[in-house]
Amino acid sequence: MVALQSKDLLGIQALSEGDIRVILDAAANFQTLAARPVKKVPALRGKTVANLFYEPSTRTRLSFELAAKRLSADFINITAATSSAATGETLTDTAKTVEAMQVDFLVVRHSMAGAAHQLARQMECSVINAGDGPHEHPTQTLVDLFTIWEHEKRFEGLKVAILGDHPRSPATISNIYGLKKMGAEVTLVGPSTLIPPGVDQFRVRVATRLEDGIAGADVILLSRVEITDANRLQIPSLREYARFYCLTPRRLALAADDALVLHSGSMNRGVEISPEVADYAFPLLVQQVTNGIAVRMAVLYLLAGERE
Amino acid sequence: MATPPDQRPILIAGGHVVDPVGGTADEDILVDDGVVAARGAGLEAPPGAVVVDAAGKYVFPGLIDMHVHLREPGREDKETIATGTRAAVMGGFTSVCAKANTFLVMDNPAVVEFVCSRAEGAAYAHVFPVGSVTEGLRGYGSLSEIGSLKEAGVVALSDDGVPVVRSDVMVAALRYAADFGLPLIAHSEDYALSAGGAVTEGPVSSRTGLVGIPPEAEEAMVARDITLLREAGGKLHVAHVSAAASLAHIRRAKAEGLDVTCETAPHYLLLTTEAVTGFDADAKMNPPLRDEADRQAILAAVADGTVDCVATDHAPHTPAEKDKEFARAPFGVAGLETALRLIYTYLVLPGIISLERMVELMSAGPALRLGLEGRGALAVGARGDVTVFDPAAEDAISAASFYSKGKNTPFEGWAVRGRVDTVLVDGRPVVRDGRLIEAAELA
Repeated sequence: MVALQSKDLLGIQALSEGDIRVILDAAANFQTLAARPVKKVPALRGKTVANLFYEPSTRTRLSFELAAKRLSADFINITAATSSAATGETLTDTAKTVEAMQVDFLVVRHSMAGAAHQLARQMECSVINAGDGPHEHPTQTLVDLFTIWEHEKRFEGLKVAILGDHPRSPATISNIYGLKKMGAEVTLVGPSTLIPPGVDQFRVRVATRLEDGIAGADVILLSRVEITDANRLQIPSLREYARFYCLTPRRLALAADDALVLHSGSMNRGVEISPEVADYAFPLLVQQVTNGIAVRMAVLYLLAGERE
Repeated sequence: MATPPDQRPILIAGGHVVDPVGGTADEDILVDDGVVAARGAGLEAPPGAVVVDAAGKYVFPGLIDMHVHLREPGREDKETIATGTRAAVMGGFTSVCAKANTFLVMDNPAVVEFVCSRAEGAAYAHVFPVGSVTEGLRGYGSLSEIGSLKEAGVVALSDDGVPVVRSDVMVAALRYAADFGLPLIAHSEDYALSAGGAVTEGPVSSRTGLVGIPPEAEEAMVARDITLLREAGGKLHVAHVSAAASLAHIRRAKAEGLDVTCETAPHYLLLTTEAVTGFDADAKMNPPLRDEADRQAILAAVADGTVDCVATDHAPHTPAEKDKEFARAPFGVAGLETALRLIYTYLVLPGIISLERMVELMSAGPALRLGLEGRGALAVGARGDVTVFDPAAEDAISAASFYSKGKNTPFEGWAVRGRVDTVLVDGRPVVRDGRLIEAAELA
């Protein structure tokens, strides 16, 4: 059985191009299941998957839950508000308690960078990073890559523009790693205040003007932009952000014909995406949700293979 | 500015053109259709042209004051766009930068558009708005909508009047402003050091019993901003430099290749803190007048190129506001109608700087820093902004003659040489024979 060569999936950074292709191929196989009347396979029968979520993320949480259940695994959901974490228990202690219940997979979502790594190095079970704050969100990136592959059938030389609140966006770093490994050309778009320092190391192009950033783009990746205490200084106002960076039909026309517009979910219509483009992109957003289950099934399945 | 119908060509004949960019020579300048149409010796006056006899006079590219508080909207009792730009042209300035600390603050495009539309109708000189760096000039919270301000017409950003206190705000502002090519003009003052002060800290503050502001209040902030500029990138312009120690930092930063420029004001070149000993609030400004060593250092920096611009920091106040206890009176000096004559008389005539250097400091320098194309030089095709200066005239500074509403000058009674003879703005005469041409006369 083909498998990933690691116990955990913590980020895209550690994956090779081959690893990514294996995951995408497996996801394609699971995708065919989704069309069948009976969507369940027995691949992970007897295994247990636990979601440990320290911040709300409905889409990712449900996606892992369904992926586990369709693989016939037992599944439990632990959220920070209902767990002993609320009493002040450390992250490690909470996770080890869960592991003691013979859990095979721990799917961790946390607002802080490195949370999944902290657990992975201390636990026997497989740890899957379901987003560690602004660091990595590997399964989101794998879903994006899967959808891009479905539509474009290539990565090499593909022009991809990424827009969003990069220093806080859960998947920007993962997307850069993933797209670059697959041979795409990546442009990070946004005001200089949102461009991560030391961006040179990623070998991406930076465009502070949206018009420059999306010119000729085959794919545009968007994520939600909102103003919080963390970015109050970087974005003067949502009105100003929208004025210069909202993806409008006129701006979208600068991209390649039939450019793919992917939004990571919970769109802020009128801010990062105009209502018209949101309507255009919405069917794809919905398709991404379906794809998300297949991709997460592939991840669970391939990690389990390594453990056999 | 509204252009009157059937504007006639103007030949400025027989003058000495002083133009550090386009060249200094005894040449005629023909202005037609709002621009410099020809330049050279012995130009023919086209039919119907008005000839300005500039024999024995200097012809400058229109002067640019990059630091002016026009007070409108909100404090029209101190100054308006109309009165402030009348004062400007009478002082030889064809362009002024309007600072953002109006009421409402120029932190959003609507106020900028208001100022521009007011200027369109009422201004004698060009008005270039300077937007605020932060919302409400608060120095923290949010940046102003800088991109939208740029589209509305601002040429720079500044919270002038107050510093950008927080370093993280300054970093974000430098980065964000750079995306739009706008220089950030810093009012360099460490509040913790300057709080409650009215004059420079030292012998005079002790003698007068006034609370002191040490030069370190300026120096510390200049040093901080240069440090931040090094990492954040962008363009930094230090406003109203008053202290020798600040200049040392700026000099080093320039040598390092950082994009930093600075300005000083005539009062820091000509006065010291001794001017406040009589408790005359007209000598109260921020930063305060320094001691003689600082003054000498600034003179040297103006001569050696460390200082890029001389700007007036024209800050008009009502007589009632200035006629208060010194500590309670507002900071500020009305400078538009004195700057050129003072610099000419006290810097150029004694040979501290050349005539060309004066024009560089007061026209070419600001045009370059602010990216005002077609200004700051008198090449063919340049905007028809011209200042003709008669060096022979003798006069004394008299606030009573000011067109500005602000009469607050510490130079009252100072003997000066020279007079603004003729001023063209966009090829239109607004001053002739030293007299303001009222709008009604143009119609």
